[in-house]
Amino acid sequence: MSLFGFSLRPRLPKSAQTAKDRLQILLAHERRDGSDGPDYLPMLQSDILAVIRKYVQIKQEDVDIRMERNDDISSLEINIEIPSPEQEAPARLRSRAKG
Amino acid sequence: MTQLKAKAPLGKVIVITSGKGGVGKTTSAAAIAAALAKRGHKTVVIDFDVGLRNLDMIMGCERRVVFDFINVIQGEARLKQALIHDKRVETLWILPTSQTRDKDALTEEGVEKVLNELKEQFDYIICDSPAGIERGAQLAMYFADEAVVVTNPEVSSVRDSDRVLGLLASKTKRAEEEGTEVEAHVLLTRHDQRRIDAGEMMTVEDVLEILAVPLLGVIPESTAILRASNVGMPVVLDEPSAASRSYEAAVSRLLGEEVDPRAEREKKPGLFSRLFGASA
Ligand SMILES: Nc1ncnc2c1ncn2[C@@H]1O[C@H](COP(=O)(O)OP(=O)(O)O)[C@@H](O)[C@H]1O
Ligand SMILES: [Mg+2]
Repeated sequence: MSLFGFSLRPRLPKSAQTAKDRLQILLAHERRDGSDGPDYLPMLQSDILAVIRKYVQIKQEDVDIRMERNDDISSLEINIEIPSPEQEAPARLRSRAKG
Repeated sequence: MTQLKAKAPLGKVIVITSGKGGVGKTTSAAAIAAALAKRGHKTVVIDFDVGLRNLDMIMGCERRVVFDFINVIQGEARLKQALIHDKRVETLWILPTSQTRDKDALTEEGVEKVLNELKEQFDYIICDSPAGIERGAQLAMYFADEAVVVTNPEVSSVRDSDRVLGLLASKTKRAEEEGTEVEAHVLLTRHDQRRIDAGEMMTVEDVLEILAVPLLGVIPESTAILRASNVGMPVVLDEPSAASRSYEAAVSRLLGEEVDPRAEREKKPGLFSRLFGASA
């Protein structure tokens, strides 16, 4: 907000502000995870696969992980297609984690 | 719908390459892929710049990356889990690369396997090459059917483009095994008419005379490119601009269409018509 109709720093044009916001969100995540930090998603996927397979047979591609990173919160959406016993349309297990 | 599915996809692999860095490969890969997809061709754009992921930002999907090209090559994820569906164009997909690993993670067999799988689903597979002429760049071009050599009207860029044209003619699958050629085009970017008029910059004709490869298009130096990258839009999806019109015209040529040179910004009447060999 500016007091006298102008601010000390020139206001960034709209697209430049968007660029800055996008970078801040992305880099916060990248720095936190570190470039040599654990690349945990493949491991998470194979763990989920192993747990589900204790009960039903599913293929690797039946696990679908979607991510949406935001500044305060990120959401991980996991969709798992499970064959239903009667071989009808597959049932879906859906879970959303936020953090 | 059934008819659409019955038609086999074209499966054409096009590499966007240059040798030199910072000439506009990623900008061009994003624009060309988006322009092809806008016309209804099912298109995927792949980032080959392992360790320096940037295409995701230019395409505006950086927050949605889960698995990447390298995960697929190493069997940690399936292709369909790594492909990101563009939210603006129904027929556009992005295959991001890894930010954490290095170029050695790319293997020839791995790249071939992924490209073969993509060919079964997509009409156009656009490969955004890393700079240089090392492993990463060589793998990006190895399986190409066509190449777009992005060049700036500047000595080191033209020299590197010449080098890359040599590699395209010898170090590709087509050249080595099939005895056919990768069809190469030059895309001249960051073209600045004022500096050419001032005699500071080589003209399009100068560059073409040296490289002797057909011209796909001339993209002007434009502030629209920076704006589009700020907001994560390929320039052809952003507000209309001279740069966006030039990319659209280049894509028309890539598709073998006749382009009315008047559709492009033209300061010297007749110049573009002559360069593209169209009837004046
Ligand atoms: N036609 C153009 N006009 C103005 N800036 C451009 C143009 N093409 C590319 N740039 C800018 O040049 C820089 C490098 O572009 P990029 O596409 O990342 O090149 P490369 O992938 O070859 O390294 C970026 O900052 C981009 O915004
Ligand atoms: Mg690049």
